[in-house]
Amino acid sequence: MADTTTKIKTEKKRSGIADFFVRLIREKPMGLIGGIITVLLLVVGIFAPLLAPYGPNVMHALNPMQGPSLQFWMGTDWLGRDILSRVIYGARISLIVGLAATLIATIVEIFIGVLSGYIGGKFDLVVQRFVDAVMCFPALIILMVIISIIKPSMINIIFVLGIQMGIGGSRVIRSAVIGIKENLYIQSAVAIGAPTWDVIRRHILPNIMAPIIIEFSTRMPAVILTEASLSFLGYGIPPPSASLGALLSGSARTYMFISPWMVLWPGLVLSVVVWGVNMFGDAVRDILDPRLRGGIGRYGLSKKSIEKIKSQSNIDADVVKAD
Amino acid sequence: MRAYILRRLLLIIPTLFIVSLIVFTSIRLIPGSVVDYIVSSYEFQTKADLATVRHELGLDKPMLEQYGIWMGQIIVHGNLGKSMITQEPVAQDIEARWPVTVELGILALIIAQLIAIPIGIYSAIRQDSVGDFFARTFAILAISVPNFFLATLVIVFPSIWWHYMPSIKLIEFTKNPLGNLQMFIIPAIVLGISMAGLTMRMTRTMMLEVLRQDYIRTAWSKGLKERVVVLRHALKNALLPIITIIGSQIPLLVGGSVIIENIFQLPGMGQLFINAIGQRDYTLVSSVVLLYAVAIVIINLATDLTYGMLDPRVHYN
Repeated sequence: MADTTTKIKTEKKRSGIADFFVRLIREKPMGLIGGIITVLLLVVGIFAPLLAPYGPNVMHALNPMQGPSLQFWMGTDWLGRDILSRVIYGARISLIVGLAATLIATIVEIFIGVLSGYIGGKFDLVVQRFVDAVMCFPALIILMVIISIIKPSMINIIFVLGIQMGIGGSRVIRSAVIGIKENLYIQSAVAIGAPTWDVIRRHILPNIMAPIIIEFSTRMPAVILTEASLSFLGYGIPPPSASLGALLSGSARTYMFISPWMVLWPGLVLSVVVWGVNMFGDAVRDILDPRLRGGIGRYGLSKKSIEKIKSQSNIDADVVKAD
Repeated sequence: MRAYILRRLLLIIPTLFIVSLIVFTSIRLIPGSVVDYIVSSYEFQTKADLATVRHELGLDKPMLEQYGIWMGQIIVHGNLGKSMITQEPVAQDIEARWPVTVELGILALIIAQLIAIPIGIYSAIRQDSVGDFFARTFAILAISVPNFFLATLVIVFPSIWWHYMPSIKLIEFTKNPLGNLQMFIIPAIVLGISMAGLTMRMTRTMMLEVLRQDYIRTAWSKGLKERVVVLRHALKNALLPIITIIGSQIPLLVGGSVIIENIFQLPGMGQLFINAIGQRDYTLVSSVVLLYAVAIVIINLATDLTYGMLDPRVHYN
């Protein structure tokens, strides 16, 4: 037993972030791969002009619709543009829109969720009716309508996506706030006359950090996908800058029957990016959310952890196993 | 229960009011208004034309009056108004289109559940096994692969390899049920797969949670077979939250159907919407969006009420 206590002590010494990475590597191999893909996306996005062999709109008129070759790793499209370069720049758009819109969504959901949850009462009732109303529009439909109103540009799309998703996500934050509002430490803070702002900043916000981070990491792939769908339908960032979704639409849909490379690569890269960010987000959620850690029972414990318990404690783990 | 239903129905009214306001105002802010669109098709364009067209469409009245007329028509006569482009009643267009979207949606929902629930259960009862690993990978793939990419693959490769092209003309169910199903099944599978991922993960999570309950332990200790424990004791309790998830996926389904109808050339509401928004047909766009929103509100209410009826532990107060 002494071993166990010292072990717990050493684990406690690690800071939160270091502990997160240790657990990511140890427990979530797929999450780690997802994390690596996410970092790759970051690197590709930031260094796109250095990594892309050509400009995204440079036409090699003599080489249209080619398959992959040494000169053009992913082939060329119908205008002879290098697909790899276009995909790299497309990934950059996905990254920028994904990060920025998710950030805005997070700010919006914290703002609405904390206010609505903390103030409660009639204010909450009215705000929630607006949230209800916005949530019963299918995201893609309402985004198309708004973007056709305000003209597509990257900034507009980031804001519209961010605000729309943030309003929907505020529900999660709101229920988290309601959940901790009744805690004694908050009541005592109110009782000693702490200003509302201080209560929110000192007591509420730190306690809803886990759901905020989870929302952020699980929202990003959804944002990237939605932006791609919008671009695919022609309501995304306008040409010449081509987002990954836009690479699959327009003239590509005519020429893809002759040379499928031009839709295959962008679609594949988009899928891998969303998959990676999803896996990473899941790992983050699993690590941060204590409810999702395995419990003890026939379906709760892996063989490895039973062995671990067996070797670490005096309890006969066979009892646990036979349960 | 009755009080709960009443309260929910009452709460729908302000929600729908806000919905209608959002639809009405946003659609009228679109630059390059429908007036320009109509006048641009005239051979000679004058300023007077603009004014006449605007007057004919009733766009010269104050906003509030326009909203009043619009809402009054809908509530009193159930009349959604006339298309600003074709001058035909909007209801006519919608009537011709909605069965396609509903059929696609229902088929996709069924396919999604057929894929998701069995795999989700398997994944939960064999947690951390190789099968579970593959099932979870599939689930995340289903969520991650954009449906328009999957649909593109389904169209491009059969056409290149076998010169197969999906039929473009709509085959009506009443005339040729088999041909109709053949036409819808592939788009529905593509749409279903993208929804199956979420439901599958939810099924797995719910099953895992239920399987750790005391009553499951009791069932095991009674010596019941795994099949009985899983299907009769666990699944019944795990299925309820899954119903809510299915309900909450309807907006996703609507968005997906816009894309899928566009790719597979199915003449449904999604295509109607895309055409209407491209032509800035105010009445048509607002009618379609309004109908979507109303449908979603009703489906949400229906799922909540079903949930309450199926689960005797839920009490509404």
